[in-house]
Amino acid sequence: MISVRDVYKSYGEVEVLAGCSVEVRKGEVIVVCGPSGSGKSTLIKCINGLEPFERGQIVVDGVEVGKRGTNLPRLRARVGMVFQQFELFPHMKVIDNLTIAQVKVLGRGGEQARKKALALLDRVGLREHADKHPGQLSGGQQQRVAIARSLALDPVCMLFDEPTSALDPEMINEVLDAMAGLARDGMTMVVVTHEMGFARKVASRIVFMDQGRIVEEGRTAEFFAEPKTDRARQFLSKVLHH
Amino acid sequence: MDFRIFFSPVPTGETTYLGWLLVGLRNTVALSLAAWVLALALGTVLGILRTVPGRGLRAFAGAYVEIFRNVPLLAQLFIWYFVVPEIVPGGHRFKQIDPFAQQFLASAACLGLFTAARVCEQVRAGIESLPRGQKNAALALGLTLPQTYRYVLLPMAARLIVPPLTSETLNVFKNSAVCSTIGLLELTAQGRQLVDYTAHAYESFLAVTVLYLVVNAAIQLLMRAVESRARVPGYLGSRK
Amino acid sequence: MYELDWSSIPGALPFLWQGMKVSLAITAVAVVAGIAWGTVLAVMRLSPARPVSLFAAAYVSLFRSVPLVMVLLWFFLIVPSLLRDVLGLSHATDLRLASAMVAFALFEAAYYSEIMRAGIQSVSKGQRSAALALGMTPLQAMWHVVLPQAFRNMVPLLLTQAIILFQDTSLVYVSALADFFGAAVYVSALADFFGAAYKVGDRDGRLVEMLLFAGAAYFVLCCTASWAVRLLRRRVLA
Repeated sequence: MISVRDVYKSYGEVEVLAGCSVEVRKGEVIVVCGPSGSGKSTLIKCINGLEPFERGQIVVDGVEVGKRGTNLPRLRARVGMVFQQFELFPHMKVIDNLTIAQVKVLGRGGEQARKKALALLDRVGLREHADKHPGQLSGGQQQRVAIARSLALDPVCMLFDEPTSALDPEMINEVLDAMAGLARDGMTMVVVTHEMGFARKVASRIVFMDQGRIVEEGRTAEFFAEPKTDRARQFLSKVLHH
Repeated sequence: MDFRIFFSPVPTGETTYLGWLLVGLRNTVALSLAAWVLALALGTVLGILRTVPGRGLRAFAGAYVEIFRNVPLLAQLFIWYFVVPEIVPGGHRFKQIDPFAQQFLASAACLGLFTAARVCEQVRAGIESLPRGQKNAALALGLTLPQTYRYVLLPMAARLIVPPLTSETLNVFKNSAVCSTIGLLELTAQGRQLVDYTAHAYESFLAVTVLYLVVNAAIQLLMRAVESRARVPGYLGSRK
Repeated sequence: MYELDWSSIPGALPFLWQGMKVSLAITAVAVVAGIAWGTVLAVMRLSPARPVSLFAAAYVSLFRSVPLVMVLLWFFLIVPSLLRDVLGLSHATDLRLASAMVAFALFEAAYYSEIMRAGIQSVSKGQRSAALALGMTPLQAMWHVVLPQAFRNMVPLLLTQAIILFQDTSLVYVSALADFFGAAVYVSALADFFGAAYKVGDRDGRLVEMLLFAGAAYFVLCCTASWAVRLLRRRVLA
């Protein structure tokens, strides 16, 4: 589904990604973890072309990201992305946040888009907030709406960039539960997160990054039981305290 | 387009058309400088008055700003030139001095007081942007309020407001063109003269535009030099 | 001592009102056109395409470096004859009003563009990313997501600039100075509120009173408008 091969990226003089490679099969849930500045967010933003990269190849569902002629908007409509700061559009109602891309990007009719939007809000348990503005919702609610917004386009896979890092602790679980639900339904997901509890329960594989490189990668159970590298071991010991 | 007209002599013979333009430029610069000096002096005082504890003083300065900001510059200029000499005692003597002097004085007074209102707001913003603790620390050391302003608040505020003052300087030069309406032969007026006498409208306006751009560039360079001298090490915007 | 005599003012009011309509008309057209063109310029300025952003930067720089009076004179002296040649028209007064509106719109657009550029940059970058991530093109993202927010953030500044524009309309007075040397027919100057006041005052010999009246009128109007903007800022937009 997603194939990342030997990707290099720099911001000016600073090398942010140094030869990253990872394969994601359909239905897999990959959790990308690592210390701050390891390049996890950058990597995930390269997958849907929000960040350009200098060397390497990324192919998503058969489409080569980063090739000159690629229709990026069309690809991005098929790849859902959830942001750390939710990024709902504050000047639109919740329901409009969910319908605008359906109508303007996919060309669906207004009624059809609305129906789908309401169904999705139902699925994340927020139907009664459809006519409110994002500013009136809590952080956890906003993030769940953001998830619904991406799902409205029927994506083939979803990318999550630290979806719970900006949330108060009591709201983290409602979002993680929504994400776990998606995983159960078979969605292909790449999740950048510090929530190792979630990773242990939901992820198929863990990818550990440090300083722009993928240091270790493996099936969830193996990674947690027997991390192969020192860096991974250090990281896990620090993070698993809570 | 024929640019040689700039070097042809004017009908009265004493200079070329380019010479006329340069006379206009000289008058523009002189007027702008005179007005700017007045504006800085008065505006700083007013800006201080807007931040002092005395309510009457604050209200006075506030009223000044409101009056001079809500009447168009052209109206103010005409009032200075046509109205003030009529209703102010001794004004009839003003009407007897040399016409150029009348126009220049009215223009300088008008532009100066108009711009003073804008300088006042910049100074006020500068002082108000300083951390409140600065004033308290100075007073706690035993400095009087005037001393606090003189040694602590104004020096810092002055450095902070150099960038907005740059654009005010540019504004003074641009606004000086309005004074062409009462007959002052500044740059824009001379440009119009050129069009009248040579019928070469495009070349004339091009020349006037270029001269304004040159003045602009010169001011921006000058203010950049002032700004780099005025930077406070370690403060926002400083390079060190 | 000059004897102030206000008696000529009531009779002059209809004429002054005509002038006020001109002032308001120019303001309205220039504000709408200025914001529209200014927004386009701001978007161009932020474009990754070098020629586009350079053009916008040059335009804004140019119009912000020269006096409005000079631009107006340029328009009144050159544009009507240009348009007349191109379109084969002859009615000078109509062209003056149109020339004034175009001149103001083009000039103010440079100032509005700076306001909108600041507005666009005040919208968090994540908003644009989220819009792009949903599959919108950069233009769609700008139109549906960034510009609505930028506009809302900048409303007080946009309105304040409109008040300044209203005051600047007094400068169409210079159209009186723009009678082309050798013009066969004397065309009366385009009269806005200020111009009307001056004309009446000059004609009746009551210039002092008319100028003071005009000044007071502007003061009341602009003061009220500024106060309304402050109120709007606090009540609706806070």
